[in-house]
Amino acid sequence: MSEIAEKVKAIIIDKLGVEASEVTPEASFTNDLGADSLDTVELIMEFEKEFNVSIPDDQAENIGTVGQAISYLEEHAK
Amino acid sequence: MSLRRVVVTGLGAITPLGNTAPAYWEGLQAGVSGAAPITRFDASKFKTRFACEVKNYNPDTYFPTKEGRKMDIFTQFALIAADEAIKDARLDEEGIDKDRVGVIWGSGIGGLTSLQAECINFANGDGTPRFNPFFIPKMIADSASGNISIRHKFRGPNFVTTSACASSSDSIISAFNYIRLNMADVVVTGGSEAAITESGVGGFNALKAMSERNDAPEQASRPYDKERDGFVLGEGAASLILEEYEHAKARGAKIYAELIGGGMSADAYHITAPDPEGNGVVLVMQNALRDAGISPADVDYINTHGTSTPLGDGAEVKAIQKVFGEHAYDLNISSTKSMTGHLLGGAGAIEAVACILAMQHNMVPPTINHFTDDPELDPKLNFTFNKAQAREVNVAMSNTFGFGGHNTSVIFRKISE
Repeated sequence: MSEIAEKVKAIIIDKLGVEASEVTPEASFTNDLGADSLDTVELIMEFEKEFNVSIPDDQAENIGTVGQAISYLEEHAK
Repeated sequence: MSLRRVVVTGLGAITPLGNTAPAYWEGLQAGVSGAAPITRFDASKFKTRFACEVKNYNPDTYFPTKEGRKMDIFTQFALIAADEAIKDARLDEEGIDKDRVGVIWGSGIGGLTSLQAECINFANGDGTPRFNPFFIPKMIADSASGNISIRHKFRGPNFVTTSACASSSDSIISAFNYIRLNMADVVVTGGSEAAITESGVGGFNALKAMSERNDAPEQASRPYDKERDGFVLGEGAASLILEEYEHAKARGAKIYAELIGGGMSADAYHITAPDPEGNGVVLVMQNALRDAGISPADVDYINTHGTSTPLGDGAEVKAIQKVFGEHAYDLNISSTKSMTGHLLGGAGAIEAVACILAMQHNMVPPTINHFTDDPELDPKLNFTFNKAQAREVNVAMSNTFGFGGHNTSVIFRKISE
């Protein structure tokens, strides 16, 4: 797993209070990991802070699973 | 329309003296101080470096980490006290119509810790707004009543009262009125505060309202002592379950006491200083007595506002003497803030609980830290100095007053048919 993927998983585990085994690439923040709309906003903000990127709202809407977050950040992280 | 009777059927507390209602009472009747050096932040540069903190507090023992993180500490305290009271009153049992259960809470400030943290975070950044999405829901004072209702699915009237240090006496009176007027059968009420932060301590220091007796924190809160030099900041919460009398009887609830009257008034004098003549305080006690339909001579115990400030304590005592006349000498008077410190918006709730437990145990908790008589105060008054006093307490009055000139007084009586 890439360094970015490791960091993304760690943030999700911390912020959503879930087990590492649940954080699979297919796992949806809201459907599988118990996030509500505010949790999702907080996750995006943490990704922005950790990877020093700015994720526009229209693109944030497309980040709904662990895998989508990892591929977005692998592409855009500085 | 006749007003319905309202009784107390559950109690909960998390205070500087103990983290449950029974532990709180233990501390009260033993006359212990909750004051100690501040541990919540580095207070070394502050004029006041001590406070009455809740001891051994770790949110993780009460909430899953993810849940606790989304609540300010004042809301955490609210949920802990409310949960204890709800369990005590057996409100989560089958058969309670949750549409008729309200939550009316009090907080003077709300989520000061969260507000401060988010502002510091922004100020330390590069100007990009990175406010946490939970910031506003954590900070707003009504998040306490909102979170209690969400946890227990109580769908009745729900709001928070804010009147500085009178906040949770006002929430108790509001709850009382909503039940009396048949707008709810049960209301979870109470109040909480958690302002032992840099901005809370620094702000009250700037007002010159707090004791600076750093060499003896445990002796700093000394209402009615000649050498009193200001209040000691406290934190925590207390909760009372108020319930319509017939509703409580029908389900066989344990009844602690009846809430028989509430009064409110304003000083209309100054935003922080009390009216030295105590006119607003006279009015509030008269209003409460009239609402309760009792005479001054019926009152056994007054839990005073008595914050240990040079001006406020004297004004309240003057007012008590005006309202109670000769009977003032037969009263037990005490300020439990001498032990708990001043919980601001939580004060009314923890002191209402103190009154109810005093009635239950027929024991008046003391005003500790009395060393030197104040020549301005009538020596014939019984301030219950230093040690609890055994006494049949049938009627107890609790006074609270807030910055802004808000005065509130509530009266409880032992239950009678």
